[in-house]
Amino acid sequence: MMGDAANILLYGYGNPGRGDDGLGPALAAAIEEMAMPGIDVDANYQLTVEDAAEMGRYAAVVFADAATEGPAPFWFSRIDDSGIGRLGWTSHSVSPVQVVALARDLFGSKVAAYALGVRGYAFGELDEGLSAPAKDNLGQAVAFARRALAERRFEHYAREFGHPAAGLATSGPTWKA
Amino acid sequence: MSVTKRIVIEPVTRVEGHGKVVILLDENKKVISARLHIVEFRGFERFIQGRPFWEVPVLVQRLCGICPVSHHLAAAKAMDRIVGGEKLTPTAEKIRRLMHYGQMYQSHALHFFHLASPDLLFGFDADVAIRNVIGVAGKYPDLAVQAVLMRKYGQEIIKATAGKKIHGTGAIPGGVNKNLSIAERDVFLRDADQQMTWAQSALKIAKDYTVANLAKLAPFGSFDSNHLSLVRADGAMDLYHGNLRAIDAQGNVIFDQVDYQKYVDFIAEEVRDWSYMKFPFIRSIGPEKGWYRVGPLARLNTAKFIDTPLAEAARQEFIAVTSGKPNNVTMAYHWARMIELVHAMEKIHALLNDKDLQGTDLLVKGERREVGIGLLEAPRGTLFHHYKVDKNDQVVSANLIVSTTNNNEPMNRAVAKVAQDHLQGVEITEGLLNHVEVAIRAYDPCLSCATHALGQMPMELTLVDHQGQVLDRKSRA
Repeated sequence: MMGDAANILLYGYGNPGRGDDGLGPALAAAIEEMAMPGIDVDANYQLTVEDAAEMGRYAAVVFADAATEGPAPFWFSRIDDSGIGRLGWTSHSVSPVQVVALARDLFGSKVAAYALGVRGYAFGELDEGLSAPAKDNLGQAVAFARRALAERRFEHYAREFGHPAAGLATSGPTWKA
Repeated sequence: MSVTKRIVIEPVTRVEGHGKVVILLDENKKVISARLHIVEFRGFERFIQGRPFWEVPVLVQRLCGICPVSHHLAAAKAMDRIVGGEKLTPTAEKIRRLMHYGQMYQSHALHFFHLASPDLLFGFDADVAIRNVIGVAGKYPDLAVQAVLMRKYGQEIIKATAGKKIHGTGAIPGGVNKNLSIAERDVFLRDADQQMTWAQSALKIAKDYTVANLAKLAPFGSFDSNHLSLVRADGAMDLYHGNLRAIDAQGNVIFDQVDYQKYVDFIAEEVRDWSYMKFPFIRSIGPEKGWYRVGPLARLNTAKFIDTPLAEAARQEFIAVTSGKPNNVTMAYHWARMIELVHAMEKIHALLNDKDLQGTDLLVKGERREVGIGLLEAPRGTLFHHYKVDKNDQVVSANLIVSTTNNNEPMNRAVAKVAQDHLQGVEITEGLLNHVEVAIRAYDPCLSCATHALGQMPMELTLVDHQGQVLDRKSRA
C-alpha cells in the first residue's frame, strides 16, 4: 500500500514458500494490516535494482528479512552503505546495502536505512508456513516494529537492539551493520 | 583408467551443497570435462501434491523469486488443458502475452545491465570490486538509471496484468481474472517511446561489443550444439506459445512443429549420479549427442523470422555474422538477449494499442482432462510444466523442466571449454575464476529458484587431486 503522505517505508522480503524465509513478508503483512499513518508497506521475494528508484521518496526505510544468525527474537541495526563490496556472481538480487548505495548514487537518495532481522531456523525444502519458534519471534518483532515505526526513534532502537554480525538471509558476504 | 585431478569451484553458502564447479583433469593435467553442480529446487512434487489444480498457478510462483511470472503462466497454460480452456478469448490471451512480454523485458534488462554489462564494459579481467552493477553505476550512471527504470517498467506491467507484484493471480485456468483499464494502459503508453529508445540503445551496446570483439569472443566457451525452442506455426519467434522445433549445429531440422503435449515422445531426461539436476536430451539422438541449448541464442537460431520490424532487422544483422547458419558462440547470448529485449518492447507497444485488452470476455471452459502440459519461452529458455490431476481436482503428480535444467549440459560444456583454454598448470588463477564466471553468466542461469538467498554466492575455488588432496584454493568471499 502506498500513500503520498507517507515518509517511512517498511519493506519485507523473502520467499514464503521456503519456510522461515517468509518472515519478512509475514512481518510486512502484519504491519500493513495496522494501516499506520505515514507508513508505506511493500513486500517481495527479494530485493532488486529497481527498488533503488523508490528510496528517494522516503526519509527512512526499514528492511525486514529472516535472519539466519544473531540473537532471537530479532535484532535491529542501521545500514551502513559506505562499503557495498562484491555482488554475487550470478545473482539477480541485491542486498539492502546495495539498494541503498544505488539509491544514493543514481537517484540522490538520502534515505536513512535500517535492517530488522527476525531470527528464523528452518530454510529447507519448499514448505509454506513458519516454524513454531519463528512464529514466536515474528510476534515479538511485529510488536517492536509497530512501536519503532510509531515512535520513529530508529537510532535509539538501533543502539538498543543492534547486532554487529547481522546475518540476514540475503545479506551476502559484505553486510555491514 | 587414467588418473584424474579435480579443480573444485565451490561457493560458500548457508545452504549446503549449492553450486560448485568441478573441473576434471587427466593424468597429463589436461581438462577432460567440467561438472557444474546446481541444486534444483527440491520437494516440489510433495509441495504440490494434493493441492487443488486451480491453486497451482499461484503456488508455483514460490519456486523462483526471479521469474515467478514464467512459472505462473506455464502452470496456467497447463491448467487451461485441465479445464478444456486452452483456446483463450482474445482478451485473455493478450493480457497474458502482455504480462509475459513485461516479464521478458524486465528480466533481459536486468540480466544485461546487472550481470553482463560489467563484464563487457570493464573487461573480463577487471577487478571484481568494480566489475558489477555498482561499478557500472559509478562509471556509467546514465546507463545504470536506464537499467533500473527499464526493469521497473516491466515490473509495473506485471503488476497491472497479474494483479500484484508478487503472487500474482491474473492468469487462471481457462483465462484471466482482469483486463487492463484505459487508465492503466495510458501510463504505459506514456513511457513506451522512451523505453523503446533505451532498449535499442542496449541492443547497440551488445551488438557493437560482440562485433568488435568477435575474434576474442567466438571461441570463448563455445561449441557446436543443437538448439530448441517453441516457434509459431509459420516459424516465427513466439515467446508465449507455439510448437517445438529443434535444429542441429548446422541448421538441419531435427523435428519441427511438434505439439508440446507430446513432448515426452521427443525429450527425455538423463540422471547422472554426480548431479541433482537432470540432463534433458532429444530422444531420437540419445543423451550423448542429443543435448541442446535453449534461451535467446537458441531462439534466434530456431526462428525463421521475427514478426516485429526492429527486432527482425536486428536478427538479420545477427545471422549475417554466421552467414545464415546457426550461431554457436556462447557469448552471442548477450546480443540475442538484447534483440529479444527490443522484440518484447515492440510487442508491448503493439498490445497496448489493442482494444482487446479492455475486453470483458475473460474465461472459457471445455472438456475436463486429467493431464495438463504447459510450455512457454521463459527469459532463460523453454519452460515445461506437466501435471496430472485426479477426479477430485487434486494434483497427483508434477514434473517441471526449467530453463536452467535444459541448459545444464551446455553450461558444463562452456565451463570445460573455458578451462581448456585458460587453465595453466594446476594453479587456480583469478583469470580462470573470472572466465568461468563469465561463461556461466552468458546463460543467465537462475540459481535463485526456491529461495532468494541462493543467488548471493561468493565462489571458492579449490584444486584437489584424485585422492582428494587439496592442491590449491582461491576464494573471493
